[in-house]
Amino acid sequence: MNTTPLLAVEHLGKRFGKGRHQTTAVADVSFQLAEGGSLGIVGESGSGKTTTARMIIGLEAPSEGRILFKGQDRTQPARGVKELRERGRNIQIVFQDPYTSLDRRQRIGDCLAEVLGVHFRLDREETKRRVRELGELVGLDERQLNSLPKALSGGQRQRVAIARALAAEPEILILDEAVSALDVSIQAQILNLLSDIREERGVSYLFISHDLAVIRQVCDDTIVMRHGAVVEHGSTAAVLDAPQHPYTRLLRDSVPRDGWDPALSTTRS
Amino acid sequence: MTALAAEGRMVARTARRMRRTGALGLSGWTAVGALVLIVLIAAVGPLLNSVDPNAVSLSEAYQNPSAAHLLGTDANGRDLFARLVDGSRTALTGPFLVVLVSTILGTSLALAAVWFGGWFDQVSVRVMDAVFAFPGLLLAILATALFGSGLTAAVAALSIAYIPYIGRIVRSAALRERNLPYVAALRVQGVHGVLISLKHILPNISGLIVANATLAFGFALMDLAGLSFIGLGVQAPTPDWGAMVGTGMSGILQGFPDEALFASALIVITVAAVNVLGDRLTERSEALS
Repeated sequence: MNTTPLLAVEHLGKRFGKGRHQTTAVADVSFQLAEGGSLGIVGESGSGKTTTARMIIGLEAPSEGRILFKGQDRTQPARGVKELRERGRNIQIVFQDPYTSLDRRQRIGDCLAEVLGVHFRLDREETKRRVRELGELVGLDERQLNSLPKALSGGQRQRVAIARALAAEPEILILDEAVSALDVSIQAQILNLLSDIREERGVSYLFISHDLAVIRQVCDDTIVMRHGAVVEHGSTAAVLDAPQHPYTRLLRDSVPRDGWDPALSTTRS
Repeated sequence: MTALAAEGRMVARTARRMRRTGALGLSGWTAVGALVLIVLIAAVGPLLNSVDPNAVSLSEAYQNPSAAHLLGTDANGRDLFARLVDGSRTALTGPFLVVLVSTILGTSLALAAVWFGGWFDQVSVRVMDAVFAFPGLLLAILATALFGSGLTAAVAALSIAYIPYIGRIVRSAALRERNLPYVAALRVQGVHGVLISLKHILPNISGLIVANATLAFGFALMDLAGLSFIGLGVQAPTPDWGAMVGTGMSGILQGFPDEALFASALIVITVAAVNVLGDRLTERSEALS
């Protein structure tokens, strides 16, 4: 059995600011993501989920700790374009806001073609074919590929963002609150799409969300973050059904349901 | 009374709709029309001139408009109409060059500052602030003092003086654009920074750049006309609107204000049209972004 995990995060920490204004966004976060696995990160706003994602993707330099992809160090952000591209083929990300994550002047097909051109040497015909394939994979037809982002709905735009990320054929896809901005029925469609893609492509997910129901549907394992630190770690079922940490219990009890009492979830431990 | 109020509401509603859709509106299109006419005069007018704008005829000084001289003559008996038409070329070419050079340099500097950030951004902001603190006209006078009178030194000096006008606006717009997630998405794909800046950020802020270049054109025209007026810009006998206001000054004192009046009117019309168009374009770029 291969003992090197696909992604290993070791004692990751991030501090912003200097001196008295210093705040710790992430402190001593460690986890591993197995090949083909799906790891959820839950926590309230400001718990350091997104900062963790930005450090892994290379948009933020960690203050401490290490990030390893297949045993290769990628702790510090890439220096050159060549390195960025190589890393881009390892890990990709889908952002939360479907409205600002696409260039408003670029047609969807051109957007996908541009990313394909960055990673692969393809002639025009091949590029066209691959763009259509990617469109099919995420459920976008020819007409939508030829339109500008403003002609698409939030859910369709998020499909584009997923297709763009997958164009690089990454082994890990980070989904940073990727369905949070969508309404519930569209959320379900995108989540189903993500499960299908995972089966078809064998890509691993790092799924960041504040929504426990979403995490439950997608993730094998889950870590719970609070104030930048991991408070609980285990299989999704174990973490959500039998939480050990009081904060996880609080998160779970904050979800409205039959006989829900707001007073229970307003008291913080 | 109520009809008046209703009409007022209509006007307000039209204005709101224009702001939203980014239509140029009546004032904008009037300005475009005036500018097209002026540019057309500058482009083809001198070719159609039947009279030499530099032909001196002292016996014909200060003539009133007639068939031979459509707008009369100046102190040296030169045809005013021919000089105004010919002068439009120098009057428009100078500001155009200033705007072209300062927009290209200012935009490049701002995009580079935004992309690289850090100390490069800080230094470029400070340098632009320092240049901004210098009045453009003063810099131009300094340049003519060093390199001699004429359009070249003045245009070069103003081109540098105008860089911060464009650069500061482009920088703030590009900074906003750069912080949008789509730029981060392109970056983690490994798209080159130069490519992201030129192919994605620049087109998205181009409306704003064009609007501000248009406004800068008006200011540059006035600055250059002012330099020519005091005799540091365009040199005699080359016709130029600003220089004509200067030479026409003596005519005003003798009761022949035509030369200064016509030249000033053309400057005012051009600058006003450019400013109105610039304002409409600014609103449009705000509406469309």
